[in-house]
Amino acid sequence: MDGDRKAVQAAGGQTRRPFFRRRKSCPFSGKNAPKIDYKDTRLLSRFVSERGKIVPSRITAVSAKKQRELAQAIKRARNLALLPYVLQ
Amino acid sequence: MAFYESVFIARQDVSTQQVEALTESFAQIVVAQGGKVGKREYWGLRNLAYKVKKNRKGHYTLMNLDAPPAAVLEMERNMRINEDVIRFLTVRVEALEEGPSAMMQARASRDERDRERGDFGGGFRDRGDRPRRDFGGDGGGYRDRDRGERPPRRDEGANFGGTEA
Repeated sequence: MDGDRKAVQAAGGQTRRPFFRRRKSCPFSGKNAPKIDYKDTRLLSRFVSERGKIVPSRITAVSAKKQRELAQAIKRARNLALLPYVLQ
Repeated sequence: MAFYESVFIARQDVSTQQVEALTESFAQIVVAQGGKVGKREYWGLRNLAYKVKKNRKGHYTLMNLDAPPAAVLEMERNMRINEDVIRFLTVRVEALEEGPSAMMQARASRDERDRERGDFGGGFRDRGDRPRRDFGGDGGGYRDRDRGERPPRRDEGANFGGTEA
């Protein structure tokens, strides 16, 4: 966060960047965050694109550690035919 | 002994009783090798996300095991031999979960709600996928809406060590 602010100042001085968006926090951290589970299809399907691909964490703001866990869970769910490998 | 979760899918034209018998036989194999079988869950006849050995549906069953690896190996060997089992997955877990799994909870809540929308509600608060209209309907113009837009690059700048400097 700190580095972020410095970068802003270096780029545009006091003016806010036009496209600045507040960094969202990871949906799997903090209390009463959902547990990543390969059986929870409804949760996992939120992190899969319309084509069935795993959505990159830069879009979903999932932390790196949780994204690895999530990818693992999605792949397990795919193996069990709970989630598709590919959707047309 | 270690904790495992084992899910297997039985063929669609097998009856519920046969699935139960199958579960029982696998449980006995585990017990015979010195393991224990905890919770058993029958998820019902579910639609598969894709065809598996020409089946469109399958009976899902989950078993919680506390067993030595040899017992799991033996059980998996039997699953592989049995032609009614089209797929299985055994995962080692840190702790066995008590109470109904996410799948059973989803089924319980879905029964109350509108059945059609079931799995596809929700979506990310501000930028997930567009809500799916209809499964397997005409994909229409969605086909290349695959990756979604990339967020502006500068947002991420700080994470990669200030590309803007």
